[in-house]
Amino acid sequence: MDLLANLALGFSVALTPTTLALAIAGCVLGTMIGALPGLGPSNGVAILIPLSFSFGLDATQALVLMTSVYYGAMYGGRISSILLNIPGDEPAMMTTLDGYPLAKQGRAGDALVLSGVASFVGALLATIGLMLLAPILARVAFLFGPAEYFALYLLAFCTLGGMGSNNQAKAAIAVCLGLGIAMIGVDSSTGMTRFTGGSLHLFDGVDFLVAIVGLFAVAEVFVFIESHGRDSAIGVTLEKIRIPLRDILATRITMLRATAIGFVAGLLPGAGASLGSFLAYMMEKSSAKDKSKFGKGDVRGIAAPEAGNNAAAGGALVPMLTLGVPGSGTTAVLLALLMTLNITPGPLLFTERPEVVWGLIASLLIANFVLLVLNVPMVKIFSRILQVPAAILLPGVTMVSFVGIYSLSGSHFDLLLMIGFGVLGYALRKLSIPAVPVILGILLGGHMEVSLRRAMVLSDGDWTYLFGSPIAIGLWIAALLGFIAPLFLRAYLKAPQGHKDEA
Amino acid sequence: MSDRITGLIVCVLALAFFAGASQLEMPFFADPLGPKAFPMLISAVAFVSGCVMVLRPDAEPNWPVLATFVRLLIAVLVLVLYAYGLKPLGFLLPTALAAGAISYQIRPALLASSLTGICLSGFLFVIFKYGLGLSLFAVPRWLMAVAG
Repeated sequence: MDLLANLALGFSVALTPTTLALAIAGCVLGTMIGALPGLGPSNGVAILIPLSFSFGLDATQALVLMTSVYYGAMYGGRISSILLNIPGDEPAMMTTLDGYPLAKQGRAGDALVLSGVASFVGALLATIGLMLLAPILARVAFLFGPAEYFALYLLAFCTLGGMGSNNQAKAAIAVCLGLGIAMIGVDSSTGMTRFTGGSLHLFDGVDFLVAIVGLFAVAEVFVFIESHGRDSAIGVTLEKIRIPLRDILATRITMLRATAIGFVAGLLPGAGASLGSFLAYMMEKSSAKDKSKFGKGDVRGIAAPEAGNNAAAGGALVPMLTLGVPGSGTTAVLLALLMTLNITPGPLLFTERPEVVWGLIASLLIANFVLLVLNVPMVKIFSRILQVPAAILLPGVTMVSFVGIYSLSGSHFDLLLMIGFGVLGYALRKLSIPAVPVILGILLGGHMEVSLRRAMVLSDGDWTYLFGSPIAIGLWIAALLGFIAPLFLRAYLKAPQGHKDEA
Repeated sequence: MSDRITGLIVCVLALAFFAGASQLEMPFFADPLGPKAFPMLISAVAFVSGCVMVLRPDAEPNWPVLATFVRLLIAVLVLVLYAYGLKPLGFLLPTALAAGAISYQIRPALLASSLTGICLSGFLFVIFKYGLGLSLFAVPRWLMAVAG
């Protein structure tokens, strides 16, 4: 069988000592990054990318390290959700709803173990789903011409903008900002420079790593300066850790259901893990007979979002690897990594570089078991790092960002540009304009323009060519729906309020 | 009000972007679309969205008080100086100063932030230089030249 042969190839790559060590290191780093409030998966992976280059890793190794960090962060995000009532990363938001109340009842250990197991179930099944689905989708992707790709990019922007923001106009502005920045530099088809303002530094365009680290990591520092580190909440102490077998068994159906929902949410280009955990929680709540305990420490309310967000994290890798369209902020950062490594994601990746894809999948399977160990028996160690104060953590993050970007180009221009993006990111955050579409725009803008122009070359300037195939038409309709539907659904899909401490 | 102003800025930027795109010369042998069309399309979408923001603004965001703005401005200034200083002054001194300053902006405690700066600077230098093998210089190169 094809699959088994591919897996064998994958494990032969993944089980080499270096790759294995990198996967484990990635898991540890990722769990820490996820657990620390203010250092989510996106900026965690972003600041590590430049460093992984200077470490001299090859493509597979760098990818294994970074995706392990990504998976690890998805696990780790729940730790501060449960113990501090502060989500360690955005997808862990929903876990605060029931995790923190349960922890306040003196069952913090149970909540952590249960959510760890739920994460494991979600992530493992999603990785298997990725393994089965990605090759199939890669074959479909061969049917994609420039018109289909253009519609696909549009779909990604529309769903990401539609879901990720409460205001479609702001989402559209964010996309345009990213696309506009992507236009800077030499036009690949004609060799003309555009929008450089004559600056030599801008001839190569804006390096997306600079933009990513600026918008995510540096902006976060500014946000923390504003909040004055006063977010350090009361928190819950962690007692002895036991395995709450009864709760785990009671929520097994919940976990499976949430995994399925999360995985599908992850598959949608541009939707991602936050949507996965949100939908999983809402479905679980609406299908439960007894809703009264939700929000007050219901075990189902912990298992569902955690299984959902980890499944979505795996699902989001499918469109990223097969079509080159990331499903979330963090997969956008991973796409940036691939592009910098000169790997073009897409159907050809599966046929030409199978060792990269299958090595990655095998490593992720291994990483899940490592993460289970790190997040269930050893969770106490990781809960300690929550005590690192923001006044030490954030300067550290800043300095790592600076050195990372500096090591890429060695020019202070990129550093200044990064600070500029940091200020921009802060302003966008204040105005509740989402930053992820900006990143996606910078990453995909060039590709989007090229596919549009190629389509026009093929059709000799006939615009109807863009709607010329059933796939393209389907993508256009999906894009329109993805952008417009949230306007109407918003009334129904209101996020429940988090648990408030009495002051 | 913030949304209206931002929307206005977006509109102006979109127009400027459009103007910039229309100034591009069409090369002799171009594809049917050329280098102008896509940027123009972007600016059109941005312009419409900017108008929507002006007409239908959201609730006013919580802008920080003036003192916080000053702190943010200081932080930006520190980072800019750091960007310029990293090469000529070596790694240790600028990093300690910048990290300390950022730390002080988050938690104004002089002793704690100085310690944070110094420790972070030393710790990161060891990791970057010996762990990751980056070519960093601990102290200014001219100083090393004098010493060597």
